[in-house]
Amino acid sequence: MKKITIDNIETTFKNERNVLEVARNLGIELPTFCYQPELSIFGSCRMCLVEVEGRGILPACSTVPWEGMVIQTNTSQIRSIRKMILEMMLASHDQQCTICPKSENCRLQSFAKQHGVDEVRFQSFKPEAEKDFSSLAITRDQTKCVLCGNCVRMCDEIQSVDALKFSFRGAKAKVGTFLDKGIGFEECIGCAQCVKVCPVGALNERHNIKEVWNAVYDKNKTVVVQISPAARVTLGELFGKDAGTRVTGKIITALKRMGFDKVFDTCFAADFTVVEEGNEFLARKKKGENLPLFTSCCPGWVKFAEQNFPDLVGNLSSAKSPQQMLGSMIKDRLTTDMKIKREDLVVVALMPCTAKKFEAAREELSVNGNPDVDFVLTTNELALMIKERGLDFNKLTESELDEPFGLSTGAGIIFGSSGGVSEAVLRYAAETLEKGSTPDLKKLRADKDLKITEIKLGGETLRLGAVSGLKNARKLIEDVKSSKTKLDIIEVMACPGGCVNGGGQPRATVNKAVSKKRAGGLYNNDKVLSERISSNNPGLKKIYADMGEKKAHNLLHTHHQHRQKNKNEGYVIDETPGEKSLHLDICFGASCLKNGGQELYLGVMKHLRENNLVEKTEFKATYCMKICTKGPVLRVNGKQLEKCSVDMAIAEIKKAK
Amino acid sequence: MELTKFEKVCEILDKYEKDPGNLIAILGGVQEEYSYLPEDVITFVATALGVTPGHVYGVATFYAHFTLEPKGKYVIKVCDGTACHVRKSGDVIKTFESELGLTETRKTSEDMLFTLEVVACIGACGLAPVITINEDVYAAMTIEKTKELVAEYKRREAEGQ
Repeated sequence: MKKITIDNIETTFKNERNVLEVARNLGIELPTFCYQPELSIFGSCRMCLVEVEGRGILPACSTVPWEGMVIQTNTSQIRSIRKMILEMMLASHDQQCTICPKSENCRLQSFAKQHGVDEVRFQSFKPEAEKDFSSLAITRDQTKCVLCGNCVRMCDEIQSVDALKFSFRGAKAKVGTFLDKGIGFEECIGCAQCVKVCPVGALNERHNIKEVWNAVYDKNKTVVVQISPAARVTLGELFGKDAGTRVTGKIITALKRMGFDKVFDTCFAADFTVVEEGNEFLARKKKGENLPLFTSCCPGWVKFAEQNFPDLVGNLSSAKSPQQMLGSMIKDRLTTDMKIKREDLVVVALMPCTAKKFEAAREELSVNGNPDVDFVLTTNELALMIKERGLDFNKLTESELDEPFGLSTGAGIIFGSSGGVSEAVLRYAAETLEKGSTPDLKKLRADKDLKITEIKLGGETLRLGAVSGLKNARKLIEDVKSSKTKLDIIEVMACPGGCVNGGGQPRATVNKAVSKKRAGGLYNNDKVLSERISSNNPGLKKIYADMGEKKAHNLLHTHHQHRQKNKNEGYVIDETPGEKSLHLDICFGASCLKNGGQELYLGVMKHLRENNLVEKTEFKATYCMKICTKGPVLRVNGKQLEKCSVDMAIAEIKKAK
Repeated sequence: MELTKFEKVCEILDKYEKDPGNLIAILGGVQEEYSYLPEDVITFVATALGVTPGHVYGVATFYAHFTLEPKGKYVIKVCDGTACHVRKSGDVIKTFESELGLTETRKTSEDMLFTLEVVACIGACGLAPVITINEDVYAAMTIEKTKELVAEYKRREAEGQ
């Protein structure tokens, strides 16, 4: 214990990483834009300046405390510096607060108010930048950016996606994407964790509110909505309730009052996911193939896997996510039961997640161009709609979910927390392999990024891993590939802590504590339900019986693909003039380059040069031919050579002449 | 026949062991080959190094040395350091812009002959306002001298020198 004095209060500190943390422990709230406890320290916004006796003015976030330190956090000089920083930020900020999606949830707005900024003394210069609507999940508005870099560090340090980067420098510095093409062009997986750490309106969820209202008000459409587990324990936060308060009944009433025809439970489909995924696992285990099985209910993770681990795409469970399972079951069942056309049935999903918007738009999850899920609303969007509709949420009575997709087990509920899917699958596997057994699943509920548990069932040992945050997932996959870690089932959730902390959830300043409370809400819900094993869901049994095995498989499974990392198009490598008789097309995607694509290119070029063929050849490069496990790939006058060696290429070129 | 530019990019990548830590040196090598950093080559380099094109873009735009636009045959550098500035380098810049059809954002003439760059002090304050065109230095520039110089380069080019 070392002593430190802050604002004349003597206190002690242990291993806090900076003065800011020590001050916050004392209840002194220093303003910051760029400080985010889970990220590295950046020290760019200079709002947390404090005066250290004998040293002058230092940023609290990047100053390590020392024994006997004496600090003032609120001198008149510091206050005037903070005020000036805010004025400078405002001078280069689009100040149309009333129409900003982050209004009332913006640190620049609240700090300006707190610091008494009533005028901006500097000449205003709004940076010229187009708004970025290239992604289905996220929108960007550069005119609102304060360059705190939280999004850049989140995308790199926690998610290892690295889609957002700083570009240019000095007064021209900005958070950008490659050639400013837009975030939808990049490797972005749509998790919106960047949105959650953006203190201002520069990054936002992409809203589908207008489209949903249009559908609701369209008399020809039947609009049904499914509500996910994680949204029901967080929506209350936006109406003054504690994190983790379950408001399912009120959400249902609100949705009905807003004009939705039916409200179904995504957890109902989660029970199907468990059964399908569980059976898939047992079958794979028997055959000994495509193991470990990776869960596929997190759309951010699935896109990440498709882009980065083509060799593991076969290991992803082919079971659809609960959102998509329910979407296809609703469209299948209700079109018959209610005798309505598929086009006139609109399925809306209430999700904690922005990546679900991308998932809903996947071509393979539609029938003749009509998607299984038409629109995805995040928890935040629904709160806005409830307010827009003029409902006093806290005064709403509680209602029940609608049949036939309204009843779920506790296993379906806990999907919303990291470790929950694994636990649900294990409960099912235990029931199937050793009826009546109650495996200890405590380890899966630990408040950790990576949880591993081992369980003996039916004479076999099963090893499960649950990981959240994609950088952690990347590391786990490397360990699994190098056999350092052996696992049978791996649950991956892109957002740290799982869906309770999803990109579409209410923003919290201290993510960890809040996600724990939210997860607590789900586990409490699980406790009070009579059925806690997915296969015991009576509705599920009935639907399986009605559908038959083949149809069930068609409705509940999908396929995953090798996906190009970004949307770069191919190009002609070397432009030499003249008639071309030989057309070569080489894949320069990440996998092919790793597997010898460059050597293949050089070998072929050498052959062309030695045989005076360079000028007769048009050599094109393509980014990703989407057969990543068969690389390197070369096409000679259209003929595709997989796992192509230089000799194979030369032989084909000789034939082509 | 010589190696193509793209083969040389591969050579540069191998020389630096495809280590993302050597990105600046790699980009330097690429720019020497192409005279700028073409979009396709940036994407290829990024993929080969296992980083995102956005990452390479961030580095390439940070350093003034790198350029993402192809440059003209003649690169005109107008010094706008303090001494040149007070001796009206601004007039020289404006004259080049109007003579060559350039603007603040459009730095290279349509015929790809001239690129205009405004640089900080080049260390020849005694010659202010001073400019360089490729390796040649021109001192004490005025509006008239600028016009004559542009005409002279255009004439030489037309005569194929």
